[in-house]
Amino acid sequence: MANYSTNELRSGIKVMLDGEPCSILDNEFVKPGKGQAFNRVKLRNLNSGRVWERTFKSGESLEGADVMDRTMEYLYTDGEFWYFMEPDTFEQYQADEKAVGDTHLWLKEQERCEVTLYNDSPLSVAPPNFVELEITETDPGLKGDTAQGGSKPATLSTGAVVKVPLFLSQGEIIRVDTRTGEYQGRASKS
Amino acid sequence: MNWQPSADLPMLRARAALLDSVREFFAARHVLEVETPLLCSAGVTDPAIEPLIVERGSSLHSPHYLQTSPEYAMKRLLAAGSGPIYQLTKAFRDGEAGVRHNPEFTLLEWYRPDHDYHQLMREVAELVCSCLGEKPVQYITYRDLFLAELGLDPLTASLADLRLRAQQELDLGSLDGDKDLWLDLLMSHLIEPRLAARGLCFVYDYPASQAALSNIVEKDGQLLGQRFELYVDGLELANGYSELTDPAEQRRRFQADNTRRRDTGFDEKPVDERLLAALEAGMPQCSGVALGFDRLLMLLTGSEDIRQVLAFDWARI
Repeated sequence: MANYSTNELRSGIKVMLDGEPCSILDNEFVKPGKGQAFNRVKLRNLNSGRVWERTFKSGESLEGADVMDRTMEYLYTDGEFWYFMEPDTFEQYQADEKAVGDTHLWLKEQERCEVTLYNDSPLSVAPPNFVELEITETDPGLKGDTAQGGSKPATLSTGAVVKVPLFLSQGEIIRVDTRTGEYQGRASKS
Repeated sequence: MNWQPSADLPMLRARAALLDSVREFFAARHVLEVETPLLCSAGVTDPAIEPLIVERGSSLHSPHYLQTSPEYAMKRLLAAGSGPIYQLTKAFRDGEAGVRHNPEFTLLEWYRPDHDYHQLMREVAELVCSCLGEKPVQYITYRDLFLAELGLDPLTASLADLRLRAQQELDLGSLDGDKDLWLDLLMSHLIEPRLAARGLCFVYDYPASQAALSNIVEKDGQLLGQRFELYVDGLELANGYSELTDPAEQRRRFQADNTRRRDTGFDEKPVDERLLAALEAGMPQCSGVALGFDRLLMLLTGSEDIRQVLAFDWARI
């Protein structure tokens, strides 16, 4: 992998730090007019998600991390691993529970996801911002109650539980914002 | 192709007006405006500053350096009897880019024969307040500032104490260096942010190891550089000295800089023999200061990023 000088570090560049793959969030150049120059670098540890702020002497170099973001299609899970495919090459990748995390609540087969590869194996998986999923379990719908507020929990086909308006019932398809877990509306019928 | 300027039109007007106010300030005080060459045959030896080098051209008999400040040329004018002088000029420093740095920037530099650095600090305060409006002005020694903000004496604390304090508050990995590195780190990371919203804060009497080109004197058994730095609302704006006038001592400092450059893996720089010859001929006792003009404009317009005050920043040239 290429090495990066502290002066080249920009948001989005992936480097190794203390043996961990990290993504640069911010890089502030700090230099007294007559003294040592430093770079205050903010980075996210891609393994733990933790954000670090580390100070380096300017001009030091960091090893690049073999980390890439790829758009892949989610195929299926066997309970232990989740399988993804690169649509161009049909190459398949298996992601473990640590990489998938809570994202499994939004994974629908054939949906496109962002898979971050580290040394060619999935490090993390990000769902699309919006997914359409079927309600598999909820209290019966209340006819006519479309205007009033009020909500109830609904379990979706993936196991996610979201709050939905009272008028929705089992079997309906809804659109959810995966970043907030909020109900967005009924999906258009296909 | 992104051809547009980084500064907007009101900013360009504010820059022009600020240039006018600075020139009026010095005209009223009978300080002569001068211009000196941007290219120099000798660079600076300062271990913390890297110049840009112009390599080619039929007019060049050797590579030339773009000036990192007009200091040496202005000192030669002083030795030639110019009297008080100022200059608004471009300076270049390699590798310095960020929200408060651009590799090419505008410096306001001026020299006052027969002023000591305390008199010069007061004049700097007058200039800055004439541009920005009245603000509180505070004068504090480097030592007292460290004592007040960190409870550490920068002159007597051991390297281990300084390092420990920095490591307690910051994530530094394997960062290491000499005592000045730790002092610079504490100053820039811990003290500087605390100077925000405090108006003008002059920090003076630096440890002799950070004297740069200032006169060194002994005070209470400690060697101190008669140097000051001005912070305005936490932004480092100016650096000044009671100037070193002794050519032998100047040569020693150049050599010490080069030794330090070699020890830290940088190339040595040729010494400016013309400056030394001018000091030999006799430069008057004087004080001088360099002030970041772009940063003054940032303060005037409330800009957080230097790119907002430049017609074209480094990425647009």
